[in-house]
Amino acid sequence: MIKAILIFNNHGKPRLSKFYEHYNEDTEQQIIRETFHLVSKRDENVCNFLEGGMLIGGSDYKLIYRHYATLYFVFCVDSSESELGILDLIQVFVETLDKCFENVCELDLIFHVDKVHNILAEMVMGGMVLETNMNEIITQVDAQNKMEKSEAGIAGAPARAVSAVKNMNLPEMPRNINIGDISIKVPNLPSFK
Amino acid sequence: MPAVSKGDGMRGLAVFISDIRNCKSKEAEVKRINKELANIRSKFKGDKALDGYSKKKYVCKLLFIFLLGHDIDFGHMEAVNLLSSNKYTEKQIGYLFISVLVNSNSDLIRLINNAIKNDLTSRNPTFMNLALHCIANVGSREMAEAFASEIPRILVAGDTMDSVKQSAALCLLRLNRTSPDLVPMGEWTARVVHLLNDQHLGVVTAATSLITTLAQKNPDDFKTSVSLAVARLSRIVTSASIDLQDYTYYFVAAPWLSVKLLRLLQSYPPPEDAALRSRLTECLETILNKAQEPPKSKKVQHSNAKNAVLFEAIALIIHHDSEPTLLVRACNQLGQFLQHRETNLRYLALESMCTLASSEFSHEAVKTHMETVINALKTERDVSVRQRAVDLLYAMCDRSNAKQIVAEMLSYLETADYSIREEIVLKVAILAEKYAVDYTWYVDTILNLIRIAGDYVSEEVWYRVIQIVINRDDVQGYAAKTVFEALQAPACHENLVKVGGYILGEFGNLIAGDSRSSPLVQFNLLHSKFHLCSVPTRALLLSAYIKFINLFPEVKATIQDVLRSDSQLRNADVELQQRAVEYLRLSCIASTDILATVLEEMPPFPERESSILAKLKKKKGPGKLPDMDDSRRSVNGSTEHSENTDTTNKGSTHSFTDVLNLNSTPSSGASLLIDVFSESSAPPAAIDVSEENFPRFVCKNNGVIYENQLLQIGLKSEYRQNLGRMYVFYGNKTSTQFLSFSSSSPPQLNVHPKAADPMIEGGAQMQQILNIECVSDFRDAPVLNIQFRYGGTLQNIAVKLPVMLNKFFQPTEMMSQDFFQRWKQLGAPQQEVQKIFKAKHPMDTEVTKAKILGFGVALLDGVDPNPANFVGAGVIHTKTTQVGCLLRLEPNMQAQMYRLTLRTSRDSVSQRLCELLSDQF
Repeated sequence: MIKAILIFNNHGKPRLSKFYEHYNEDTEQQIIRETFHLVSKRDENVCNFLEGGMLIGGSDYKLIYRHYATLYFVFCVDSSESELGILDLIQVFVETLDKCFENVCELDLIFHVDKVHNILAEMVMGGMVLETNMNEIITQVDAQNKMEKSEAGIAGAPARAVSAVKNMNLPEMPRNINIGDISIKVPNLPSFK
Repeated sequence: MPAVSKGDGMRGLAVFISDIRNCKSKEAEVKRINKELANIRSKFKGDKALDGYSKKKYVCKLLFIFLLGHDIDFGHMEAVNLLSSNKYTEKQIGYLFISVLVNSNSDLIRLINNAIKNDLTSRNPTFMNLALHCIANVGSREMAEAFASEIPRILVAGDTMDSVKQSAALCLLRLNRTSPDLVPMGEWTARVVHLLNDQHLGVVTAATSLITTLAQKNPDDFKTSVSLAVARLSRIVTSASIDLQDYTYYFVAAPWLSVKLLRLLQSYPPPEDAALRSRLTECLETILNKAQEPPKSKKVQHSNAKNAVLFEAIALIIHHDSEPTLLVRACNQLGQFLQHRETNLRYLALESMCTLASSEFSHEAVKTHMETVINALKTERDVSVRQRAVDLLYAMCDRSNAKQIVAEMLSYLETADYSIREEIVLKVAILAEKYAVDYTWYVDTILNLIRIAGDYVSEEVWYRVIQIVINRDDVQGYAAKTVFEALQAPACHENLVKVGGYILGEFGNLIAGDSRSSPLVQFNLLHSKFHLCSVPTRALLLSAYIKFINLFPEVKATIQDVLRSDSQLRNADVELQQRAVEYLRLSCIASTDILATVLEEMPPFPERESSILAKLKKKKGPGKLPDMDDSRRSVNGSTEHSENTDTTNKGSTHSFTDVLNLNSTPSSGASLLIDVFSESSAPPAAIDVSEENFPRFVCKNNGVIYENQLLQIGLKSEYRQNLGRMYVFYGNKTSTQFLSFSSSSPPQLNVHPKAADPMIEGGAQMQQILNIECVSDFRDAPVLNIQFRYGGTLQNIAVKLPVMLNKFFQPTEMMSQDFFQRWKQLGAPQQEVQKIFKAKHPMDTEVTKAKILGFGVALLDGVDPNPANFVGAGVIHTKTTQVGCLLRLEPNMQAQMYRLTLRTSRDSVSQRLCELLSDQF
């Protein structure tokens, strides 16, 4: 079973945290910090598995992670999961994000936290892997988007129009943030061996 | 076309996030967040007519704030309201909020459950999926209560959409994990098994996960899944990958499903049906063959997926442990991976090989890779991998290679990472002891260990070396010589001083003949370390000095001078001062005879499990060291010994004095000291507690509890509520008298005063009455210590009295309805204990009935729908409380297995009763 899915950047800022077991907020934050500490000190070409930190359950749990450019994707799993299988799952997750966001980057995860959660929900449910087939996942996500659009078409149009207009003259909008160096290059994984 | 276009972002959210990211300090961030929280709160409170867009925006903001680690204490009600919206967008964001932010014991759970119920019955697959996801993610007990019976229906209904089936399967799995008692097994189980034949591979994957978990609890109900899983696996493995286009991942056919199916098969023994078995073997061979084929893609994803399946197949081969050829092939394959350039594969290969090493078929094959593993230990850059290498070396170690492996581990220890040093120290200590042929090697190894990694050598390790030296005459002289030499190093670790002090104090005389290690030289050597040591070590050294006075009268004056010095006699530390005063006095007034008796050489320690092993187990958690016998721990556990210590003393907390029998109570928290010191307080010679007949008394009250050539002890006992009375009959089997007969029992038993007659005539019997009161629930049975003189020798016997928790049962009759009501009330996971076990005796209904009645509960007829099952109820009476207890025993004649389920209001009681009763069948 997957106990937690964490995404944080090179500086340890959490970008997504999903716990499938209940912890209080403080512990969750501590777990994120501990996990970052464990993962970030590792060299680039060592293996992708390590024993979990004390807070998450010690050596009965494994951290399986991948490092893409600025982001760490960490899955904390128990012994019933295949390590390589989870690595594949992380890859599927990232590839799916990449398809959905078109060259996904760290900012996409920040500004579309709801979408990321929805995509994740199509893959992992209550700590169990629901779907590993990327086409199937994307079909589901597309269907949701269509529904969203159609609903927005009736009721959300004014709001969307307003936001579109507002977005036009916004110098501080995130699209002006230089994202060149932080985009996650999925297809040819430079950081991953 | 991307599924999410970048333009439709929410402006307010973007601005807010940018603000936060631009904050220069933590304070500024907190301030900005508080401002936003206030804003959102007022929006939620004031403006009732928020549109869906705004609600979504605010919820996203809250999620972001939560992610940054701030507590969100409002918005829950709004989120619940969103659930009942007809709009997908609103519903979705409501569910998102709830699954991230609502914890399982929220007051709102009832409202949420209502919304979920509506969505589940809506027949809209999207809504149903949202609802199922929510149940799975929150997974609370209330939700399990509300939906545990509904979800199996959705899962097996013919008209359910595939995606909903997938979700329903995993949702059920989640509920089964959190509240297993609430998920009813029933006619749906058979239909779940058939989901393995489903067209949709996503459904099959989800169902496999579900069945794997359920099968671990009820293997029989899901036995049919084996053949289906094999068939499915065989289709995937042998088919050309075109068949499963969608589920082909980088040219590997459905790797995830294959892994899950192989996991499921690991819940069962190898199939008995020959055809099925050969089909499975064929599958496994194909998977092994594929590993040798050239890769279809250079991408790492391809090899990952392929190897994920391969490792799982190897795990299954190891689990079955029945096909030598497959095992050897698996081992060779892993051997290849050991040298693979991919670190992940080296890691996994080392890990799997660890389990492989314990199989008799492959142990030898694993050993051939020793050089590679040792090399990995030396050259591997990654500490995780090195740790696995240490584990594997430990697992593959046997008598033939122990010396080499221990030497390699020792040399690695010098450079090992700090995080794993302690574990390596323990492992080296265990291997050195386990495979020591000559004990000089053992002594050398442990001393090396202390030299190299003294700080990581725990108390257990040096206690153990002392135990072994004391128990083995042949090594004592060598040990004394070696520690003497080791102590000559200018800087030695304090642990070495401790070992040295102890060993020279006991066996310094063995090397005193040599003028280079004459008594005075030995003493001066020890004393030169004295001032650098901590108080406990100094205390130990003082004890060594008094032992020297006994061993070597010629240094008496020197030592007395040392003891007499102000730094000892007026030492600020009470313990040291007391020792100095007492030892000085003892050396002055006692005659040589008395001195010799008091300071006699330590008696051998009883053989027992090494406390180091226990420590390693604690470190690694149970189950990781399969070959070690666990059962002895309870016998020698610390509680028992602390009960035994009823001697006069001054409550000294220091341990070395105990060895001298001057001050003999180990401090109460001294479980670590038990191995070396505890027995010394059960004078005069240490004895093991007899408990071989103990289990026979679980279900009956009368019988013979102990018998040897001299003595037979019979028992008759009766119990009422929390009180009991036990008649103990001591029968002298010889023709001579037992003199100065005495028995003592632990304080929680009130021994009847008349009883202990100091003499038993040959062939006669004496009776003693023990009154027993159960104060609170307990685990460890009291121990009766018996001492008597037969011929010239003092006999010591310790017998574990069969006083168990179940003796204080009062049976309770109840009707079926009451039973089930109470059964439900005791539904918390920790209240239930379940055990599935093989029958040790023939399965006879009448005998089983008698045993359950003997256990103390009432046997309830007609409660269980299955007449073959046994159901019982009773109340345990203790002085402080009463604990109700329900039990159910399900025999399975074909498998010769039982399943025992116990529910009581206290988890410790459930646990104990289950252990007691499950041993009886």
